[in-house]
Parts: sequence; C-alpha cells; structure tokens
Amino acid sequence: MNRVDRCFVDLRQKQETGLIVYLTAGDPHHRETAELVRAVSHAGADLVELGIPFSDPAADGPVIQRAMERALSCGEMAPHTIEKALSIVADIRRDCEVPIALFGYANPMLQFGYTRLCSDAERAGADGLLVVDVPPEESADLDAAARASNLVRVPLLAPTTTVQRAAKIAACASGFAYYVALAGVTGAGTLRPSEVAEHLQTLRPALGNLPIAVGFGVKTAEQVRALAPHADAVVVGSALVEAIRTGKDPADRCAHAAQFVRKLKDACLSHV
Amino acid sequence: MLRGENGYFGEFGGRFVAETLIPALEELETTFREARNDPKFLAELEALLSDYVGRPSALTFAARLTAELGGAKIYLKREDLNHTGAHKINNCVGQALLARRMGKSRLIAETGAGQHGVATATVAAHFGFSCEIFMGAEDVQRQAHNVFRMRLLGAKVNVVESGTRTLKDAMNEAMREWLARVSDTHYVIGSVAGPHPYPLLVREFQSVIGKEAKHQLLEREGRLPDVCVACVGGGSNAMGLFDAFVDDPGVALHGVEAAGEGLAGRHAATLSCGRVGILHGSKSLVLTDDDGQILPAHSISAGLDYPGVGPEHAWLKQSGRAHYFSITDEEALRGFSRLGRSEGILCALETAHAIAYVEKLAPTLRSDQLIGVSLSGRGDKDIQTVTAAFSKGAQ
Repeated sequence: MNRVDRCFVDLRQKQETGLIVYLTAGDPHHRETAELVRAVSHAGADLVELGIPFSDPAADGPVIQRAMERALSCGEMAPHTIEKALSIVADIRRDCEVPIALFGYANPMLQFGYTRLCSDAERAGADGLLVVDVPPEESADLDAAARASNLVRVPLLAPTTTVQRAAKIAACASGFAYYVALAGVTGAGTLRPSEVAEHLQTLRPALGNLPIAVGFGVKTAEQVRALAPHADAVVVGSALVEAIRTGKDPADRCAHAAQFVRKLKDACLSHV
Repeated sequence: MLRGENGYFGEFGGRFVAETLIPALEELETTFREARNDPKFLAELEALLSDYVGRPSALTFAARLTAELGGAKIYLKREDLNHTGAHKINNCVGQALLARRMGKSRLIAETGAGQHGVATATVAAHFGFSCEIFMGAEDVQRQAHNVFRMRLLGAKVNVVESGTRTLKDAMNEAMREWLARVSDTHYVIGSVAGPHPYPLLVREFQSVIGKEAKHQLLEREGRLPDVCVACVGGGSNAMGLFDAFVDDPGVALHGVEAAGEGLAGRHAATLSCGRVGILHGSKSLVLTDDDGQILPAHSISAGLDYPGVGPEHAWLKQSGRAHYFSITDEEALRGFSRLGRSEGILCALETAHAIAYVEKLAPTLRSDQLIGVSLSGRGDKDIQTVTAAFSKGAQ
C-alpha cells in the first residue's frame, strides 16, 4: 500500500486528524531540506508536501513565492531542479518513512516528462503528486503516468467547487483531496472555519471514501483546532515556511520547525 | 463551430489553472456562447465599436513608404486611430459587456505597454466598474505616460515587483488577485493567451480588424492582400487581422516577434525559439529552460516583452498556415523613424516591429502585390524610450 493511503487508514483507525505540512525543496538550501523534513516528521507531521520550485508560481502568495525564489537562487535548486528535489526525497528515505507528496506546477513537470517524473519519483521514494495548475480536464497523461508508478494524484477542491464537479474530480483522484479553504493564493486572507465546515459537508458525499485535507490560509494552532473536527487532515504551508525562515542556522531552523509543528499537531489532537 | 471552441488549437490551448478558477472560466465560456448568439448583445457591441471606439478604423495607403521601398503596395490598418490609441479597446468593450452580463462589479487586468491597462480603465469608467491594473515595475517606468492615463481614468495601478517585473509577472499577479476575488471580479485578459475561453473570445472581439481590412481592401483594390503582417507579443492584434484571412489560401500570414538584442541574446521571440510548455493557463510555445523555469524575455517594446504566446499562433505556426519572423530592437527603432518620416505616423514600438519587417518584405514583392499591415497602436507612450535610445546613438 502507498504510504499516503496507509497514513489515512492509520489516522482513521486512531480517529485522529492528520497534520500535513508544506516545505519548499531547497529553501533555504537544498542540503538542509532533508533534515528539516526529518525534524517535522519527528515532531508529529503525518505527511509532507514538498514544493518543487518554479519561477512563476501563480497560485502562491508572497511567502511561498519568495521561498521558491530563494530555493532557485541561494538554495542552488537550478539547474536540474526536479533531479535535486528527488535526490532530497531519496536522502529522506534513508531513515524516514513520512509520506511525501510532490507539490508543483505543470511546466517543470512537462519539460522533465510526466512518465520519467513519475518513475523517478517512485524510485526516489515519493508517494504522490499535487499539481496546482492541472485540473481533471487536463490530467489524463499525468494520471496515467502516476498510476503506473503507484503515486497518488491529489486533486484540489475549492470554495467555488460544486457537488457535481467534486464527483468528477474525485473520479480521477487518489490518496486524498486537498480542499482550498479560501479563494485566493497560499497563505492569504481570513479563514472562516464555519463556512469551510459547511461546504465540506455538502461536498463530502460526492467524494466517496476519499479523505479530505484542508489548507490555504491556515496559519495558527487555533485555526488548526477549529478545522480539525471537519477534515481528515489540516495543511499548514506558508506559516511553517516563515517559522523556518526566522531560524539563524540549520540547527536553529530545524528547532523552529519542530517546535511549530508540535504545536500544530497538538491542536489537531485536541478536539478528539 | 468556431476554431478553438472546444478549448484547443491542435495540441495547444486548454485550461491549466487552479481549481478555484474553473467555475469562473466555465461561466465566462457559457456567457460568451450565449452572447454571441444574442442579437441584442451584438447590436450593443456594434454600437459601442462605432460610437465610442470610432470604428471602422481607416485603411491608409502608405504611398511614400511604398515608393521608397519599391515593391508591393502597402496598406495600413489604422488601429492607432481608435479611442485610447490601440487595438486593445476592441477586446475591452466586448469583455466589459460580458462582465456586466455576468453581474460582476469589478474589472482587473494585466498590462505591459499600458495600452491594455488604459483600454480596460477606459471601459471601466464608461460602464461604471471599479478597476485595478497590474503592471510590472520596469514597465511602469518605461511607460509612465500610460500609468498616468490609467490613474486619471480612475483605475488603481498596482506596481508588480516580483520576478522579472514585466508583463509575465503582471499576469501572475492579476491571476492571484482573480483567485482571491473571483466572485465579484472579471479578469480582462488583454491577449489571445491565458486559459480557455480567453484565446477564443479575445480573437473574436479582435477579429473586427481583419473583417474591416478585408472589406476595405476589396473595395479599394478589388482583391485580397498577398501578405498580412502584424506584430506578435501575446498575439491579439495579429489574430485579429489574420482571422478573416485564415481560410483564404492565397493570403500569406506573417507574424513579427521581438528579437530584442538578437536571437543569440535576450529576446522575446517565443514562436521562433520557444518549446511546447505551459504558462498562464494554456499549453503553447513558451520560452523555458530544460528545468521548466520560464526564461526572462526582453524587448525594447513592453507590449512584446513576454515569454509566452497565444496557443492559436503556436498552432498556426505548427500547421504551416502562418509564418513568423523576428525584428531586433534596433531594427524596430529604425522602423519607428521610417514610418514617422515617410507617412507622418508615429506608431507604437510594438507596431514598429511590423513596419521594420515590411521594410524587408516589400522590396521582394512585385509592385502589383499588396501588403496589409496592422498598425496596432500609436507611439505617444514610447516617445521617452525612443528619445533615450536615439540619444544613446542607436540610430
């Protein structure tokens, strides 16, 4: 069984809400990312989304935009961005089994080649793909490549998504669905947990057994606590990227990350 | 069925956007389809084009330019004479009507040279929409004149400092804004780029250029042109001109891209040098490296300074129906001067690329052959850039 599927089976068995965290591969440097992932995993993160830096991240807010810029310039993620991201995954897999979904945009994956990407990702030890700008209408090639390599294909659901469309999205998805809690870019705006909960309730029947993770704009332990009862997992991205950025050196950055993640994971568990 | 109505031009096109935007694109597609078949909508659009934009635009025979170049007869389709001084307004009035039909209260747009920003701000004022324009910091500097115009028209101009601080980044930022305010906001994309249905609907709104030019040429010369020429950044004025002639096999279609400092250096010649990629919501030709990072484009003309191109152009190139050439910054500056002195028309630096290409093309044709050029915009906005370039001794 894929690590992502196993993760949600376990969470459901324990009746726990999972914590998913996002990190940009190579921010602040590609030599640090594997250690950061180990740190957040030990601190309680159930799943990690690893961002593949892209020059034009049109769905990301300023925090992740800057993280991707840092990764590409100071983090030495260019050239050979995807190769480096996958070598980070392989490094993590030497001693850490946290499920990893690669997060990114279509063009770098298209230039690398969908089939090559998926087979190399599987070999490195990645478990899934979340591609922001490939909706189901455009995803047949990528889906087929992911299936052949046993990677889950995580789709996005949005506040604007209808029940009808959710069913269509779920039909070509696997692993879990990522519900975008607010219309906007990553890390933006004001979250309204009650509205999120209401919309999730209307969408859930259309998704069958597919677990739902809620993210975008989730920044604090309080917000995690408010969302946790309504979702299978909560995703925190920009706020973790910021927490890491305030660290002075690699060890300090790991410590900041771990401390923040522990707080978030406690918030996930507090409603049970 | 219209070309591209299913969202694709061959392998190019599609809808590569975040899920949040899909319902808005579907609504836009439906609204456009209904409007296109609604006689009331079409009548209102036509009235706006004639009474507000000032159409039909003139077709000018460039007598002195023709004589100087000593080849084909050159006709200029005068989009510079439209209200706001460029072809961009044709699309903006159409999209404003669609926005009103969808019940939106706010328009946003990206702009490079500022012509599309000015046109969007103009229709926003005309219809009473609130309006925000996204413009790269570098372009704000080199097209200061248009920034001032937009503000005078009541639009808020957001200066984009991310990435290369030009048109591509303005488009990223406009997309982000649309993600955040999709319920009350319509995004007026200014080119035949972006996710479906934009390449289709922008072409349809711009196709008035070619329809009029065809009619005017038939009236004046009794025949179709041998070659249609237009500059290509995203490609909206070129698609607007080409569309009426795509099914006339005797008419050659020549698009002119910005070669910037030369194709070996920094340039914006996406069709000549790009590869199949995904940028700003559609699959097309893109200036991208092996890693899929988007390469910074360069052109002296802010409107052509873009590393992507509309998917229909990629398809027209691949199918061999249209051909694409490129003109350097220096050649464009010479074209700019040439048209001013020979015809008394100061054209936009974007358009100057088409003129510079015509300088090369016309002498290779016979004197009984015809060239139709889209004179896509006027040059007032570029006086500062051109003056600076000439004083540096580029001429």
